[in-house]
Amino acid sequence: MNFTLKIWRQKNANAKGSFQTYPLKDVSPEMSFLEMLDYLNNQLISQGKEPVTFEHDCREGICGSCGLYINGRPHGPQRSTTTCELHMRDFKDGETIVVEPWRSKAFPVIKDLIVDRSSFERIMHAGGFVNVNVGCAPESNSSPIGKLIADKVFDAAVCIGCGACVAACKNSSAMLYAAAKIAQYAMIPQGKVEAKERVDKMVKQMDTEGFGFCSNTYACEFDCPKGISTDFIALMNREFFSSKACKQKHA
Amino acid sequence: MALAGMFLMIFLIFHLATNLLMLAGDGGKAFSEAVTFLSESPLIKVMEYVLFAGFLIHILLGVILQLHNYRSRPVKYHTRLRSETSTFSRFMFHTGVIIFVFLVIHLINFFFIRLGWVPQPDYAAHKHDFYSVAVVLFKNPWYTAIYLVSFVFLGFHLKHAFQSSFQSLGLNHTKYTPAIKVIGTIYALGISVGFAIIPVYFLFFY
Ligand code: HEM
Ligand code: SF4
Ligand code: FES
Repeated sequence: MNFTLKIWRQKNANAKGSFQTYPLKDVSPEMSFLEMLDYLNNQLISQGKEPVTFEHDCREGICGSCGLYINGRPHGPQRSTTTCELHMRDFKDGETIVVEPWRSKAFPVIKDLIVDRSSFERIMHAGGFVNVNVGCAPESNSSPIGKLIADKVFDAAVCIGCGACVAACKNSSAMLYAAAKIAQYAMIPQGKVEAKERVDKMVKQMDTEGFGFCSNTYACEFDCPKGISTDFIALMNREFFSSKACKQKHA
Repeated sequence: MALAGMFLMIFLIFHLATNLLMLAGDGGKAFSEAVTFLSESPLIKVMEYVLFAGFLIHILLGVILQLHNYRSRPVKYHTRLRSETSTFSRFMFHTGVIIFVFLVIHLINFFFIRLGWVPQPDYAAHKHDFYSVAVVLFKNPWYTAIYLVSFVFLGFHLKHAFQSSFQSLGLNHTKYTPAIKVIGTIYALGISVGFAIIPVYFLFFY
């Protein structure tokens, strides 16, 4: 297959970037999108040019680092698929493919297609954990959790922190990410103890980072590679209001 | 935002119910009686201020939200976002601005007469005679056209807004949310069609 690639190139965080066009011949339909970029980079290196910088690690859809904005869709045209799981057979032969980094004030570009997603980490640091005295692992059946709840918690916990929700949102809001991280604790006894404090701190951090406000367009759910449901955003809103309403004054 | 919006949505039901009295075929008797009754009721006098506050809060928050969101993506995408979203949800600010423009025209035509800010037209019997004012206005096809276009956009705004306000308040449930979405569509359709038939009736059948 042959493609024309239009890729965002930017030397560093402060440089002014621009699109560069690269014609690429003899691409195998079985190549993953990242393998296609490797193939391009090998050619660029052999021509003595700077290869395209992009982030990747697991290449199996679990680390969340490979997010690219491809032809107007985060992670490309396939739903429930990360960029590393996307294959060139999903494109038309001869197609022009435009590749951009995530665009959000809270995700500044570091180089080419790599953005700094540490704003997500800071949201987690604000409260995305459970404080426990680390000892022996407790007997698992001592805190029974219903199957329905366990499944829901797992549905939230599969978020890989890729940032596609922010990239897909016209408001570049991080509500789906924050909701998934809050929901994975809010429904189980271990997490409930600190639930009110957690939602308060994490939402505050999210707002500090400069993400946009949610207006329920649900684009995030559509483009989330893990299919995280916007139901969790409602859950987070509910937690948030009840946290505000029930906040106790310190003695 | 959601609470103010919900309050406005409830207000629209009462407003529509009153307006539909114009179609009673009694030369506006029932409608005028309702208007006189309402404008003399102390409860409505209080609610008028609440309504103003509701609009003000909703519009102010809407503008703040839009500005903040615009700034949250300082560098825009080269390719337009192609994620599938409900169409109306993307244009809430735009439909909101159209409703706002309509609201200003609407206030000038009716409310300001009662306040005495706009001189009472000579075809109106008294400052509560909205019926005569409406009939004259709706006889004008341009005016009716502006009304109808506004109601179409109001319908678009409400179609997204109804379910959105529940989601924003965290009122989501696997069992009831699908019903909320259906009711929202019926509500949006009901409000815009309901308001629209009045000028159409006066333009063509009166
Ligand atoms: C009769 C008039 C109106 C009604 C009943 C109404 C109702 C609503 C409701 C219920 C929402 C959803 C709130 C939420 O999900 O949090 C909403 C959103 C919104 N409305 Fe209105 N609204 C009206 C007029 C206006 C006007 C005049 C503006 C002017 C700017 C406006 C701008 C917006 C904006 C920007 C949003 C938020 C967009 C979003 O969350 O996607 N609305 N409206
Ligand atoms: S919610 Fe989905 S799109 Fe957002 S960071 Fe998590 S996995 Fe990625
Ligand atoms: S490289 Fe890990 S999710 Fe794509």
